[in-house]
Amino acid sequence: MKDFIGESQFFGIILSIAAYGVGIIAKRKLKLFIFNPLLIAITLTIIILLASGIEYSEYNNSAKYLSYLLTPATICLAIPLYEQYKLLKSNFAAIIVGIASGVFTSLTTIFIMALLFKLGHFEYVTLLPKSITTAIGIDLSRELQGYVAITVAAIMITGLFGNIAGEVICKLCGIKHPIARGIAIGTSAHVMGTAKALQMGQIEGAMSSLSIAVAGCMTVAGAILYSTFI
Amino acid sequence: MKYLSQIGIILAISFIGEVLNKFIPLPIPASIYGMILLFVALVTGVIKLSAVKETGKFLIDIMPLLFIPATVGLIESWTTMQEFLIAIIVISLVSTVTVAAASGRATQYIINRKTKNKK
Repeated sequence: MKDFIGESQFFGIILSIAAYGVGIIAKRKLKLFIFNPLLIAITLTIIILLASGIEYSEYNNSAKYLSYLLTPATICLAIPLYEQYKLLKSNFAAIIVGIASGVFTSLTTIFIMALLFKLGHFEYVTLLPKSITTAIGIDLSRELQGYVAITVAAIMITGLFGNIAGEVICKLCGIKHPIARGIAIGTSAHVMGTAKALQMGQIEGAMSSLSIAVAGCMTVAGAILYSTFI
Repeated sequence: MKYLSQIGIILAISFIGEVLNKFIPLPIPASIYGMILLFVALVTGVIKLSAVKETGKFLIDIMPLLFIPATVGLIESWTTMQEFLIAIIVISLVSTVTVAAASGRATQYIINRKTKNKK
């Protein structure tokens, strides 16, 4: 049976969908922000793989088709953005300054914390792309000669945290305007945060989508400069 | 046929994004090129919203699900991560909060100032 699962072209996808389904039901029943469907789904999938001894590569045999859809799905974020085009145009300056502040804060926070943790150059540059979307982050990390797998890990931790806590962070910081909430979540937690922002509202979702692209490009430019600091 | 043509358009844009990523020497992924292309195409009317809407909304709807395989893949890089796991987690969490606070507050500040000026 285990050998069969390892070769299955469907098992990984079904496991992912089922785990996500459990996450959604749990979220509905237990209305605490920590019960985030994505977090529950990931935890559940990892537990099932570890407990059953199914290798990640066996799971990914079919689950990779979900990852495959990520590029087309990200492209489609242009749709909510287009639907909010008027809002984007009339608040252009606020949006660009907001995202730029976020990117500057990201790089500076990482720089200061890297000093505190006494990280070396390669560990430091590995973390610089951590707030941007995985696809840009991987290329940037490679460009800066960081540890790509760890960059991915930091991006995932950041995204997951933004997805879980983004709404609460906005509330605690007094960020109430829907445009500002979207920019905050998209700039700090890329696509994974955006998935949450889309659920918060149409404006939040669109602004968060925009932040992914803009923050990603700004970070590429900024990180090349910051990489010379340590 | 509606869904088929929508999927066709979205995948074609993905492909153009892939081509741009390949030939432009910048670390910008196919998905971002594609997102910009689709946005420009919608604004200029080259692609009508109705030509991508339903499939696009579906893909956006299932997006959280699409992150599961890659994130579960962290169990593979566990050994390399262990060494400075605490630093990674602390830096990731702290910077997420500072970045959200800075970008959100800055955006809100400018929007509020603008609306005040109008009054």
